[in-house]
Amino acid sequence: MPFIPHTEEEVRQMLDAIGANSIDDLFDEIPSELRSFSLDRIPDGLPEMEVAQLMHERARKDSNVHCFIGAGAYDHHIPSAVWEIATRGEFYSAYTPYQAEASQGTLQLLYEYQSMMAALMAMDVSNASLYDGASALGEAILMAIRAHRKSKSKKILVPRSLHPAYRAAANTIVKNQNIELIDIPFDETTGKTSLTALNEYAGTDITALVIGQPNFFGVLDDVDELTRWAEENNAMIIAVVNPLAMSILKPPGQWGNNGADIACGEGQPLGIPLSSGGPYFGFMCATQKIVRQMPGRIIGRTVDLDGKQGFSLTLQAREQHIRRSKATSNICTNQGLMVTAATIHMSLLGAEGLARAAAASHDKHRKLVSGLSAIPGVEVKFNTPVFNETVIRLPKKSSEVLESLAADNILAGFDLADDYPELGDALLVCSTEKQSDQSIDLFIEKLEKIC
Amino acid sequence: MSYIPSDLLFTSSHEWIRDEGDDTVTIGITDHAQELLGDLVFIELPEVGDTIESGGEAGVVESVKAASDVFSPVSGEVIEVNEDLVDSPELVNEQAYDNGWIYKIKLADPAELDGLLNAEAYTEVVEADEH
Repeated sequence: MPFIPHTEEEVRQMLDAIGANSIDDLFDEIPSELRSFSLDRIPDGLPEMEVAQLMHERARKDSNVHCFIGAGAYDHHIPSAVWEIATRGEFYSAYTPYQAEASQGTLQLLYEYQSMMAALMAMDVSNASLYDGASALGEAILMAIRAHRKSKSKKILVPRSLHPAYRAAANTIVKNQNIELIDIPFDETTGKTSLTALNEYAGTDITALVIGQPNFFGVLDDVDELTRWAEENNAMIIAVVNPLAMSILKPPGQWGNNGADIACGEGQPLGIPLSSGGPYFGFMCATQKIVRQMPGRIIGRTVDLDGKQGFSLTLQAREQHIRRSKATSNICTNQGLMVTAATIHMSLLGAEGLARAAAASHDKHRKLVSGLSAIPGVEVKFNTPVFNETVIRLPKKSSEVLESLAADNILAGFDLADDYPELGDALLVCSTEKQSDQSIDLFIEKLEKIC
Repeated sequence: MSYIPSDLLFTSSHEWIRDEGDDTVTIGITDHAQELLGDLVFIELPEVGDTIESGGEAGVVESVKAASDVFSPVSGEVIEVNEDLVDSPELVNEQAYDNGWIYKIKLADPAELDGLLNAEAYTEVVEADEH
């Protein structure tokens, strides 16, 4: 599908046909106080050569570093075939096609993606993806409010141990909709969601409980216990999970007695490179019972008039182009290209390959943590099972330690001081299966020298 | 021309209302409405116990091509909903005025019924629609 810009004359003709003077007139509907007329902080355009030089310069900063930062984005091995196939002409588009059913290949790929995600999460249905993990949580909260009509409180319990960026993004999305996000503290010893704190809300009208697995500290929470708490208190359960970890942990659909109602999260660990922060993709699965409240596109498999298999967009009556302002969400697209890569990645690895990657990541991380915690003064903050991240306490100021190690090209972890000052000088350190033993030894050796 | 029973009341947004005589009414969508919508695939029912204002949203009827709100013609408390529609939304297509009923309301103000259309007036609405 080529991109053909309109000529000035064509633009003029179109404006004349609808009786508008200028393109700006089309935006008159939007109150002027909501519009940002000037884009002061956006620099002027650059010639192609200079852009290339600038981007190479920036990309260079990412090479030759030993990266131990996870905190939501994880550097896993991606087979070369993944992006080789994803960038073929047949797949290489960021968009859900507009004449969707004319693109059967794309729809089949999305259908396969949904099938894989539903299997990985042990949930009934999946959508064709959302923007990223943080906005997926925001959408999941809105979905829970729509789906749980018996609950009138619009109160959502959100553990403080959930990713701070996810909590901030979710808050931005829901704060003007009379929805109350209530922080639930974590247990200071285990890093898990505090059941004591949760029990303060027992017997009250709570619309949903959010459960992270693993949580932001890497800690594996007692998901069965938390799910049962929500079930007993008639709250919906929103699972926010690392999809790769679900290949070796109990998936949300099997939590508690009846499983989570909604599972969402960041799809990046499934074949998407770090790329300095994006693009990534959000995923969302749910039970069949509440599928009509699910945002985003959903592909279904059907048969044509001749009985041959075909794929089509389904349950579109939820969506903007039909339901207008009452649509389940203003999302009417998906992260097509990222999902293409993730689908190919999952196909190549298979269920067994994903589980092996997750286990290898966990093994490497244990090696890292056992080395770090042997350093005098360095201690593991929470003595609880983790997936591939751990909070470590440092005997020195965390920002200074990070700076000093960065001089040796070691990105030692995520500084928790801003988001969790109560943890003191603490770092969130991560290792995936990609981390070499030499890198891990170097990190341990250099940190020991500083501490 | 779709079927319009003479013993019911109607709205211009194609709901029908049966006065049960005990300050309760049964509400559904008309035969004409189901014809316009086509095959219904899902009905979102109100919750028993919900209080609904006249003109407020009471539910959604979703067909293969559209989803439309069901507006409540009267104010009051929802006392019963047609659970059969959860698994068989096609009942609204097949028997709009009988087994396709959607919900029942305990009237807050029985005088509100006076403001509704009779079969004759609703026939005019439908005829205007069809031209």
